[in-house]
Amino acid sequence: MSQRNASRIPIHLALAVGAAFVLLPVAWTVAAGFRTQISLLMGDVMFTPIWSNFQEVLWSKTSDFLLNYRNSIIVGGLSTVLCVGVATLAAFSLDRMAWPRWVIHIFLAWTMIFHMIPPVALASAWFSMARLVGLENTFTGLILAHATLNLPMAIWLMAVFVREVPKELEEAAIMDGADTPHILWHVILPLITPGLAATSILTFIFSWNEFAVALTLTMKQTATVPVAIAKFAQDFEIQYTQMAASAALAMLPALIVLLLAQRYIVKGLTQGAVK
Amino acid sequence: MSTAQQSSQTRAAGSPAAQGTVGESSQRLWRWLTFGPALAMMVALTILPIANLVVTSFQNITWANGQPTRTWVGLRHYEALFSDQLFSAGLWNTLIFAFGAVVGQMVLGFAMALMCSKIVRGRVLYRAIFILPILIPGIVIGAIWKLMLNYDFGLANKGLALIGLMPHDWLGSPETALLSVIIVDIWHWTPFCFLLFLAGLESLPQDVFEASKMDGAGPFQELLYVTLPLMIPTIIVTFAFRLVLAFKVFDEVYLLTSGGPGTSTEVVSFTLYQRFFTEDKAGYGSAMSVAIIFLVALLLVVALSARRGAGARA
Repeated sequence: MSQRNASRIPIHLALAVGAAFVLLPVAWTVAAGFRTQISLLMGDVMFTPIWSNFQEVLWSKTSDFLLNYRNSIIVGGLSTVLCVGVATLAAFSLDRMAWPRWVIHIFLAWTMIFHMIPPVALASAWFSMARLVGLENTFTGLILAHATLNLPMAIWLMAVFVREVPKELEEAAIMDGADTPHILWHVILPLITPGLAATSILTFIFSWNEFAVALTLTMKQTATVPVAIAKFAQDFEIQYTQMAASAALAMLPALIVLLLAQRYIVKGLTQGAVK
Repeated sequence: MSTAQQSSQTRAAGSPAAQGTVGESSQRLWRWLTFGPALAMMVALTILPIANLVVTSFQNITWANGQPTRTWVGLRHYEALFSDQLFSAGLWNTLIFAFGAVVGQMVLGFAMALMCSKIVRGRVLYRAIFILPILIPGIVIGAIWKLMLNYDFGLANKGLALIGLMPHDWLGSPETALLSVIIVDIWHWTPFCFLLFLAGLESLPQDVFEASKMDGAGPFQELLYVTLPLMIPTIIVTFAFRLVLAFKVFDEVYLLTSGGPGTSTEVVSFTLYQRFFTEDKAGYGSAMSVAIIFLVALLLVVALSARRGAGARA
């Protein structure tokens, strides 16, 4: 037994090195958000943390970051509700409503192709279409775009979770005279809640992270957090410490979700890709 | 497996309960009400835009007084694609980028998954740490590495100084710019390969490993003759899909290098963005979009047949 433990020490060492490679850039960037520009340039290991970068990013008159944060929450929240709602209905329909096989196959194959297409390729068309119907520079346009971008993944995930609900339960409910909305609400939904949570969390995060489409469909007033951060790098003289502070703020949802809901995320990420 | 699925589906379709007590017409209505929204979204927001792109790709659009004037130019935009230096540089770089990044992700991800599967204590903790990059916005990853690779104060050059080497301009010199972007992408997506491989390793049948131990196989032989052959389907599928998905890269390139220096990190997504939005060439940009979509669909067909091949071997 002790020999087996000893043989695991190199494994633990290697994994710890891997973990350091993941954590070090993140931690160092967050730390840079608490430094003065001079301290960052000098590269002192020890430094007195300051709040001014965060204050500048959040509350300075020239910064729109709070607005961007609010925009990201609105777009992420509403696109997630739309996307997961539509996906759950579709997953239920495709699995339980006796669609012909060719319908299912063609639809799922198309979601797969769409998922692989670089979003920039469609962003241009979405941009033209939004301009055509007067949805450019509105939340509606971006919400629709994000809901569509995440729809394939949400449908695949919900299909996995719906498939796990035993058919017998549904058949029993039908025997009792339940109609489709009743079955969906009282039989399927209570059983897929964990899956619904996993899908919603991932959909929100992916909407929060999305950049290319947000860049093309938004202007100053509707810009999301990634668009705001990209602006930092475009400035003639980059404010590195403020860029670090806003990057740290932009990572908050990811960190919160990772601490509180790791199980759901792992479930979501692997289910969606494996099955 | 596919026959089992088939029989369960025919059973569901023909099950008397599905049509017996509930009215046929209400059943048909709900069938459409549940699938309709998803179908409508996919048609209105993916098929229609692509149709729009195809039509626009044969046109030239000029703006005057806020009104577009469209003139037909036939296949001229598609012909121009072949002589577009930026586009060919973008394709070439994307190919190098995709292969470099995906091979790196696969090797590292597999090694980490293999090690994680050998330990019990700490597995959940390591997994939580390794997932982190998947959840961080791509643009933030760009910002992180813009700091890390900074010439003056970046940790990368601090590391070089530590072993007595001169600082290097990672993003600013043509020889290392694409390599830097590849490294950043490896950092970003290795965790995804890791998760898939770990799930694959955890689902392997344990008795095979016990049998190989009984036969006196060492850890290296076990990896070579038991684990790897069993994992081949997962490896091929992950490789094919990551390769196609690597064509999506945009955020990190936008923030780190904007395609430069010169065309050394020009990737197709970024070329497209420049042609369409920066230069406002809607017609030509649409032709490029159509070409990229066609290319991705083609690659996907190849990837799917690779999966079928891998599945048959498993």
